[in-house]
Amino acid sequence: MSIKRNGCEGCSEITCTSTKEVLSKDIAKNVITAYDRVQARGMSACLFGSGGTCCRNCNMGPCQIIEGVDDLIGICGATADTVAARNFARTIASGTSAHTDHAREMVKGFIETAKGETPHEIKDEVKLHMLAEVFGVETEGKDKNEIALEIGKMALNDFGKQDDEPVTMVKRAPAKRQEIWKKYNIAPRGVDREVVEMMHRTHMGVDQDYRNLMLQGARCALADGWGSSMLSTELTDIMFGTPVPRRAIVDLGVLKEDQVNVTVHGHEPLLAEALCLAAQEPDMLELAKKAGAKGINLAGVCCTGNEILMRRGIPVAAGFIQQEMAIATGAVEAMVVDVQCIMQSVAEVAKSFHTDVITTNYRAKMPGAVHIQFEEEEALQSAKEILTHAIKNYKKRGDCFIPTENKLDVVVGFSHETINYMLGGRFRSSYRPLNDNIINGRIRGVAAIVGCDNYKLPDDRHEIIARELIKNDVLVLATGCAATALGRVGLLRPEAAREAGPGLAEICETVGMPPVLHCGSCVDNSRLLIAATEMVREGGLGEDISELPLAGTAPLWMSEKAVAIGQYFVSSGAYVCFQNLPTSGSKVFTKHLFEEMEEMYGGRWDVAEDPLELAKQMIAHIDKKRAALGIDKKRERVLFDMEMRRDLGTGSGIGDVGCHGQQHLS
Amino acid sequence: MSKIICSAAIRGAHKIVDMAEEKYEEALKKFGPEQEVSFPNTAYFLPVIYSMLGAKVQNIGDMKDIFQECRKLLPPIVSDTIWLPYLAPALDAGMATFFAEEMYESIRYLNEPEFYTKTEDPGSENIWLGAADDLIFRKRGVEFVDGTAPGFAAIMGAPPNKEIASKIALELQEKNLYIFMHDHTDGVRIAEQLIDNEVQIGWNTRLVPFGPTYTSAVFAIGFACRVAMAFGGIKPGDYKGNLIYNKDRTFAFVMAFGPVSDEWYANAAGAINWGFPTISDYDIPEVLPTGICTYEHVVSQVPHEEIVQKAIEVRGLKVTVSKIDIPLSYGPAFEGERIRKDDLFMECGGGRTTGVEVLISKDMEEVQDGLVTVEGPDIKDIKEGENLPLAILVEVAGREMQSDFEPILERQFHHLINYVQGIMHIGQRNIMWVRIGKAAVEKGFSFEHVGKVLHGKLHQEFGAILDKIQVKIYTIQEKVEEVVELAKKVYTERDERLGTMTDDTEDIFYSCTLCQSFAPSHVCVITPERVGMCGAYNWLDGKASFQINPTGPNQPIEKGECIDPDIGFFTGINEFVNQASRGAVTDVSCYSLMTDPMTACGCFEAIAAMLPQCNGIMVVNRDYMGMTPSGMKFTTLAGMAGGGAQTPGFMGVSKHYLTSRKLFKAEGGLKRVVWLPKMLKEELKDKLIERCNEEGMPELFDMIATEEQGITEEEILKFLKEKGHPALSMETAV
Repeated sequence: MSIKRNGCEGCSEITCTSTKEVLSKDIAKNVITAYDRVQARGMSACLFGSGGTCCRNCNMGPCQIIEGVDDLIGICGATADTVAARNFARTIASGTSAHTDHAREMVKGFIETAKGETPHEIKDEVKLHMLAEVFGVETEGKDKNEIALEIGKMALNDFGKQDDEPVTMVKRAPAKRQEIWKKYNIAPRGVDREVVEMMHRTHMGVDQDYRNLMLQGARCALADGWGSSMLSTELTDIMFGTPVPRRAIVDLGVLKEDQVNVTVHGHEPLLAEALCLAAQEPDMLELAKKAGAKGINLAGVCCTGNEILMRRGIPVAAGFIQQEMAIATGAVEAMVVDVQCIMQSVAEVAKSFHTDVITTNYRAKMPGAVHIQFEEEEALQSAKEILTHAIKNYKKRGDCFIPTENKLDVVVGFSHETINYMLGGRFRSSYRPLNDNIINGRIRGVAAIVGCDNYKLPDDRHEIIARELIKNDVLVLATGCAATALGRVGLLRPEAAREAGPGLAEICETVGMPPVLHCGSCVDNSRLLIAATEMVREGGLGEDISELPLAGTAPLWMSEKAVAIGQYFVSSGAYVCFQNLPTSGSKVFTKHLFEEMEEMYGGRWDVAEDPLELAKQMIAHIDKKRAALGIDKKRERVLFDMEMRRDLGTGSGIGDVGCHGQQHLS
Repeated sequence: MSKIICSAAIRGAHKIVDMAEEKYEEALKKFGPEQEVSFPNTAYFLPVIYSMLGAKVQNIGDMKDIFQECRKLLPPIVSDTIWLPYLAPALDAGMATFFAEEMYESIRYLNEPEFYTKTEDPGSENIWLGAADDLIFRKRGVEFVDGTAPGFAAIMGAPPNKEIASKIALELQEKNLYIFMHDHTDGVRIAEQLIDNEVQIGWNTRLVPFGPTYTSAVFAIGFACRVAMAFGGIKPGDYKGNLIYNKDRTFAFVMAFGPVSDEWYANAAGAINWGFPTISDYDIPEVLPTGICTYEHVVSQVPHEEIVQKAIEVRGLKVTVSKIDIPLSYGPAFEGERIRKDDLFMECGGGRTTGVEVLISKDMEEVQDGLVTVEGPDIKDIKEGENLPLAILVEVAGREMQSDFEPILERQFHHLINYVQGIMHIGQRNIMWVRIGKAAVEKGFSFEHVGKVLHGKLHQEFGAILDKIQVKIYTIQEKVEEVVELAKKVYTERDERLGTMTDDTEDIFYSCTLCQSFAPSHVCVITPERVGMCGAYNWLDGKASFQINPTGPNQPIEKGECIDPDIGFFTGINEFVNQASRGAVTDVSCYSLMTDPMTACGCFEAIAAMLPQCNGIMVVNRDYMGMTPSGMKFTTLAGMAGGGAQTPGFMGVSKHYLTSRKLFKAEGGLKRVVWLPKMLKEELKDKLIERCNEEGMPELFDMIATEEQGITEEEILKFLKEKGHPALSMETAV
């Protein structure tokens, strides 16, 4: 008899078929998963914690605060809004720090690559030159490695610099947006500095004004989005190749019966890329053969999975919530992990199988795991060591169950560059067709579904939201584990266009794209900032991100990174709706997030517990923006006579129909 | 279903590139890599490849790299399930298609030199003209620039019968479009249908039979690419600039008849890169979302009676067609139509009979608006071959009318009458000549219609200065002679008045930015003594045009202070040009070739170029196709002078400017001119001799060399020395 498992605290059912199948098999019957722990804990989450009004920032408390009850403010006098704001801000700081440390490793790897000290190379020279322009690096007469080295050093400087100038990428934002940041003095300076300042200001007895706290919260989040995350995405693209459309498969069925299965879990693609290279080396293949395997099957988990899925088409076995299930198949020789979102339980689950959990980063160790330090300067050697360890385990594999039916085709690789290309080809690449069809109403707007998945809410939330959005002609951009979840239910297939509303379906059919575009890992949400900026630049949809018919959500958020992401989108002008936020304990602070921020940034936070309701709120926001732009009505076709053509030359152009005269030259 | 179209286009592109590459391999074996290849008489090499990639394909060996580029562009075939995005790959495949077709066609010119006629009109044996050479291109390009032709229809295949074919062609002509014809539908070719239905085809009637196969579609695209380079100042290799320029400014589209092959789809996909959509009469899928083209990309199953209207709507074009109440078609497309001897019903003037046309202004009460009288026999009263004398006397009145405008209005007669289908008008004043075709007579043409046309059109175009117009037409000898006498008096007064007007007497000059629809950074400055370089607009035209449309393309320029009377620097002009060119040009001289010469759009009548060894200036007109002493043909020189750039030593000029007293004043005037093509020298003979006399050197005319003396600087120098040409003793101009 296997354990009876619920889907989450509030629901009885797990809907994910592969999870259900694996857990129902004998070999997994004694595996304790997060689902079981939700039940076993037998208690609901703490109300003060959930509402954001538990303060344990000093040793006078912990203090539980109830807003409006005079006796229940903090011992220091901190009110509910202050405490909720401090906690929220610390969440942002933590999320930002995660992206930042990840990005720092990528930049350092980039510099070493430029110096020729890694097995990688500078792959995307077009993007290298684009970034050189952003950084003001002179390219004339320099080879790609020289340029890369200069960019790398300047990028690294953005983390630790101490002057008050904004980090480099800030200038890529629409001019109007930069003005707003200037007005509130929230353009991020050094990335590390913003995290440190955030921690300082939330320390006992420093910043006790929720509005002021959130100014730094916004600046810290922007340091993530327009600072570290964007650096990571761009430099990783240059080093490992900017994603292009490719086919791949997702779900547990990608594991292979007759091969050495190595799952790569975590976030930084440096390790995964090295493993990809090593897995093709003849000596490794020979070793696998000797062990009786037909080959080495690398499969991704969580965002590492998304990184190598996007760039190499390596299959993704599982998102965050399925990490234990991957091991529970009994078919995984090693789960190689680096940083972020690795549950301590995987080492425990692995004990029931031949699987080794191999930690590779000095920052992230856990009991029961094998540690093999991944050395970037000896990347290939380290990777081979890890693979050798995994291959040795193959012979020890006992009974296993791979839900082979459970794998789905996906089309991935929708970087900003891909979107730009796929709408016009090499010679006419632009966002014009996207803007045009938003203006004419075939596409109602654009939604981002990003972030994690968790065990708190039913596991079909992403799907319900995405289906509702595409049905209403909203194009969906997805990243992270949300994207993996949507891939598992077939929404990343071009055929899914059938399920979209008639307008979006027509566009998908014209371009040949799915209605949900996989844009990468969670650090790659910076791609969405660039995409939104490009929509503004293309014209016809206002002058700032806040004017776009655009909305974002991270419905099943789990990691603190999601809050940092949410805040950098809000501060960039977007509407962001989560299924819950740890701020409900303070109405005053919640009002700041939901209302005051809109007045300041044009973007705001929102919540909706019910997924359909959440999708509807996103659509309502999109409709509101359409009305403000005046594109909610049917428009007359503009026919051109000679005089109008002459006017094109004066630079005024007729932006509504995509005629900008000479603007393309700038 | 875009997927069906994109899949077919990609398949088609593969076939076309394969086919072209096979031809290339053959040609490489046969002729070797050094063999020159080109389209006839063009400075733009293979224009699509040149404009998109910046690559000059000059010999067979150069094609290797381009084929590699084609292979890079060619995407894999679209899969049935889990397809990758196919729109962008299909557009790239379309581009590869054009590259391949250009190379294929250039090899065809080599293998079969007689495959195309390389002329403006079809021959009796061969009707296929092939690619437009630069002469045709520049001549026709002017019409694109000034708006008389907003774009072109690239026709693939043929409609079901010759009646429908003729009707569609006529409708397209009435919309002022050029019609480029390619390939066939089930063996039927539209150009042949038109000939069969006695429709005149060729560049002159805008019905251009490019080629009998689909690969000639690349000539239409090449034409568009050249428009952007020659008039828009778009640099070779600036592919995006060129494509966007065409999307915004050249109103072209593909019109396909009958079943659509993979190869046609490949061409259609390629055309979308330029913003040129496809309109089809056949049951093919549609692509309606917008973005790459201004509106829809592929529209299908359009009934023949709606296809022209639909096409211009899809392309986003507004054509204001003025309806003139006559039983004949009317529009710019019929301007170039010829009435040949066999088609001729009767003629007037031109030495056959007495002919005259004149416009005079009168007081308001003397003119009855709309009055058209014909005194004497009309067409219906005579038999074929019976010619009549003809006088056209137009009397106008208006509160804003000035006698200075009379010649401008009168000059319109030529094209206004020519616009009538079946009527041909040549010359002006008392050397006018009108030929009336049989077809026009069959449709009921009467002289009264000439009156209606002039009344209607003059009102339309000059409504701001004219209130009343009456037209009196005489076909009785003595009456005609009365008008001739009146006209002669008027002409003399006019010429005297014009002759006294100089740059020094007038304080206001006029700008002309008519071309800015196609040449965005160019500004012409028109002075009394320097006609616009296109030859079509003089100072009075500018003045009248400003009067008619105060916010239009001709604006008054206060010439301001004259800083240098020889070079022709005026403070007001510099300020104006600086602003109107948006800072691209800060200083412009009015009379110098070497110092800040005036920019050009590309539709100049002639080009002046400095010949350093001869220490003199040569001028070559557009129609002269041979080599010049500068070592370059007109077409190559045009590339240096056009596109709104200032290149000292090279400048676009009108022919008329050669007889101006301000000609190259900075460099020493007419005495600096050392070489002209014979045809140009003959054309301007009388006036040039007059000017030579004025300069006190009657012998100068014979000292100016032509191609008869040579086409190299050495030959010319020798001749100049023999003759003792004054340029040789002038200070060095370089």
